[in-house]
Amino acid sequence: MKTAALWLGLLFAALLLGMPRLAAVAPPVYSRTSFLALFLSHAAMVGAASIAAVAAGIALAVFVTRPAGRDFRGIVLALATIGQTFPPAAVLALAVPAIGFGPRPTVVALFLYGLLPIVGTAIAGLETVPEAVRDAAAGLGMSPGQILRRVELPLAAPVALAGIRVSVTIAIGTATIGSTVGALTLGTPILDGLAANKLPFVVQGAVLVALFAIVTDLGFARLEARLRRDTR
Amino acid sequence: MIAIEHVSKAYGGRKVVDDLSLEVAEGALCVLLGPSGCGKSTTLRMINRMVPLDAGTIRVGGDDIAALAPEALRRRIGYAIQSVGLFPHWRVADNIATVPRLLGWPRRRVEARVDELLDLFRLDPAQYRGKYPHQLSGGEQQRVGVARALAGDPELLLMDEPFAAVDPVTREALQGELLRIHRATRKTIVFVTHDIEEALRLASTIAILEGGRLAQFAPPLDLLQRPASDFVRQFVGGGGAGLRVLSLCRVAERMRPGGTAPGEPIAAERSLRDALEAMAARHADVLAVADAGGAVIGTIALADLVRE
Repeated sequence: MKTAALWLGLLFAALLLGMPRLAAVAPPVYSRTSFLALFLSHAAMVGAASIAAVAAGIALAVFVTRPAGRDFRGIVLALATIGQTFPPAAVLALAVPAIGFGPRPTVVALFLYGLLPIVGTAIAGLETVPEAVRDAAAGLGMSPGQILRRVELPLAAPVALAGIRVSVTIAIGTATIGSTVGALTLGTPILDGLAANKLPFVVQGAVLVALFAIVTDLGFARLEARLRRDTR
Repeated sequence: MIAIEHVSKAYGGRKVVDDLSLEVAEGALCVLLGPSGCGKSTTLRMINRMVPLDAGTIRVGGDDIAALAPEALRRRIGYAIQSVGLFPHWRVADNIATVPRLLGWPRRRVEARVDELLDLFRLDPAQYRGKYPHQLSGGEQQRVGVARALAGDPELLLMDEPFAAVDPVTREALQGELLRIHRATRKTIVFVTHDIEEALRLASTIAILEGGRLAQFAPPLDLLQRPASDFVRQFVGGGGAGLRVLSLCRVAERMRPGGTAPGEPIAAERSLRDALEAMAARHADVLAVADAGGAVIGTIALADLVRE
């Protein structure tokens, strides 16, 4: 798995930078915008949406697992589920009139779509902390904040990371639809290819998106394995 | 050391602890004993404010616990529970260092304290410091749990059925270690159990609780010989009170100095129950008694065992 991630990563980088050279042997190659620029824009949107979703998701999960927030657990999970059942394309259609074209509605759609797996697994992770461990931590004199930071969050991390991994991987694929509202993504060659009836553009975009998602997924898998090794 | 005064606690209208008053002397090993639901764990957990009181006051070392911040109070009091609750993502050394670090001890002092405690529990520091809890046996986990409870050098140690989940052989070993550590450190210990044998073996005084009230508060031998009520008689005796008295008294208390008897001598430090066991096994009604060095110092006869 370690080597698979490395080789696929190298392949992805080589294709991003070297695709134009393929034009000599197998034209046409998409060239309106460089693949590197498309990737950076794509990654920036996924990154912004995912960081926001992780922050909001973990904050919500912490809140609903405290005594004060326990009553909101059902509502938060229901809202997060609605966020995910709502198709991202519909979110885009609704968001564009409100905040205009470009990357911003895409980030909003990705954020809403990515929240559920994070909230869900973060709650599950926090709830797997054994009652005895919590009891011992409080009984030894840790404050609620210390229990959260030193005991609960580290123990919840491997489970929550699995949710973040799912969320980010899905966001990488979903971000391509941002191109329909004018955001630059690796989906842009796909749309242009469909519009101009140029199949190679579609394939080039699709391969790069798929590689991006797979490499990210494998990277998270390694991080998860490392976390789990220390917290059994 | 601990003064519990008119303390009550109810859950949903049901009184779990009912106007309980109790004093635990400094250096005592006080066992709270009783059937499930008698309020013994609740009482223990009220001492370190893990459970809030409905009424009454508790003083620890003269301080009213209600006047102290819960975290500050708990760092003064060791706490060990049946399910241990070691932090699974921390090594043994980090687990033991929990309270010293909360107290802000310098790093060197924390490290020295961790090794000192591992030594006290006969766990080789070089071998055990770096292990994770899941790499330990049940008995080792419980030792580390008690070591963690003692690490901040607390004035008082609370133990809630700490040995109930380990096998009988390990339990006996852990009880022996607790007695040794209690003798060595003279810490005040409050120990909750429902196991009468464990209570008799460990306690300097036993508080028997019945329905949240104090049924009797006395040293183990008094409890067996002068039960205050039928409930106490039934709970501590259960048909075996006479034999239990034998296991509480030592051969040294009943032996006749001088003289000797055939066969392997029995150590004066052993219990009368051990002497009876030896007599039954050897079909002998008199045994030679030896001191700690192994020299014969007298005899004990079957009749001596039952003498008033």
